[in-house]
Amino acid sequence: MTTTTAALGQFGDAIDFIFNQHESPSGGAQVGGLSKMWDLLWPHLKLSGAAMGVACAVSIPIGLWLGHIGKGGFLAINASNVGRAVPSLALIAFFVAYIGVGFTNLMLALVLLAIPPILTNAYTGVRQVDRDTVESARGMGLTGAQVVRRVELPLALPLIFGGIRISAVNVVATATIAPLAGVVTLGDPIINVNTYGDEGRLAAAIVVALLAVVTEVSLGAVQRAVTPRGLKIQRREATP
Amino acid sequence: MIGLLAQLHIRENPTQSCEADNGFCPDWIAHNFDRYVDPFFQHVYLTVVALAIGFLISFGLAIIAYRRRWLINPVTQVTGILYTIPSIAAFFLLLPITGRGNTTALIALVSYVLLIIFRNVLTGLDNVPDETRDAGRGMGLTDRQLLWRVEVPLALPEIMAGLRIASTTTVGLATLAFFAGAGGLGEQIFSDITFKSNVVVAGGLAVLLAAVLDGLILVAQRLVTPWTRAVAAR
Repeated sequence: MTTTTAALGQFGDAIDFIFNQHESPSGGAQVGGLSKMWDLLWPHLKLSGAAMGVACAVSIPIGLWLGHIGKGGFLAINASNVGRAVPSLALIAFFVAYIGVGFTNLMLALVLLAIPPILTNAYTGVRQVDRDTVESARGMGLTGAQVVRRVELPLALPLIFGGIRISAVNVVATATIAPLAGVVTLGDPIINVNTYGDEGRLAAAIVVALLAVVTEVSLGAVQRAVTPRGLKIQRREATP
Repeated sequence: MIGLLAQLHIRENPTQSCEADNGFCPDWIAHNFDRYVDPFFQHVYLTVVALAIGFLISFGLAIIAYRRRWLINPVTQVTGILYTIPSIAAFFLLLPITGRGNTTALIALVSYVLLIIFRNVLTGLDNVPDETRDAGRGMGLTDRQLLWRVEVPLALPEIMAGLRIASTTTVGLATLAFFAGAGGLGEQIFSDITFKSNVVVAGGLAVLLAAVLDGLILVAQRLVTPWTRAVAAR
């Protein structure tokens, strides 16, 4: 019973930390409060957004192209398997030790983390487009580029966004350990607990968890929105 | 500051220039490999126990939901949220309740694999051809016999595929388990993140563990589903 109330008390303190300023346990500076939390959240979003932007710009065209020509499936599919096997902490540590700390280096590490699921899904998305549909598009006189843009891309969009969703949640989660590479994010209270105290650390964990759930839910909504109407009807008929 | 203290701790006597330069030093690795053995086995322990518990729970849920379809959506949503919450956040959210140590780490790791295995078991069962099911019924199998003798065996490739994804993911997440006070290879990486030798050995062991587990499950899958090989050979 006492542990339960103690646990509730800690969560209460953490919530309080998000909304109100506190003096740092190590003395001096003020920590906590909405504006200070925003100062941690904003670089977190900036870092994740930049990494996702670069990862999409690299992996979607390659995935579409490989899927279109029907080659490199081994590479596109195994990228995900290899990517999963490399722990994010090991990847970031490798970048810190070999390339150095800082925003750009860390962003590159996160880009490497984000590419595999998007690449695999873009490739699979194009390959699973009905071959008859592609053939009829060609029969209507569409060029290769037009087939990609008007037929394969729209039909692959749901899967591509599925990949983006997986990567984004992973990147947002991994950006939490960014302070190890010298970039202040929401992970700062977790890594530097002496400055923020236990309630600051728990507060950061709560915000990170919420951020990941919001990312997942909002990208899920985008995924449904970009699903071509024809595919939705097809799916409804497929599941009686 | 943390990094500095840890460096002193790991390299008591950085006389050689390679170590002082944070370099990749085969000599240092050969002499200090011992320090990675215990964290490695702790990592194996966390991964295997989390996989075993996670498999039992999600397999059970999938078997129940297979016959009671209305359960699929709520289970997917709940495990989906657990899957989405970053493990590093989950560790600290659990700390006030379960304290530092293996329990906290295992709860977070288990909660992460539930969705992966649940979804794959269910997909595997759903993909069993209707004709096969009818043939089983025609032979007089009860629902229970049909499930365990026909449907589950035929779903094995899909189930094992889920287990493989879950195992590599868990190895990766267990590198963060030291935040929950459960040690593992991540603790070694974290203890001296700028020292190339340390990062390569600890990170390399984690990747190796993921690859070995993946290979073992693949071999197990081949052994328990000999018919898939026969089809491929034809």
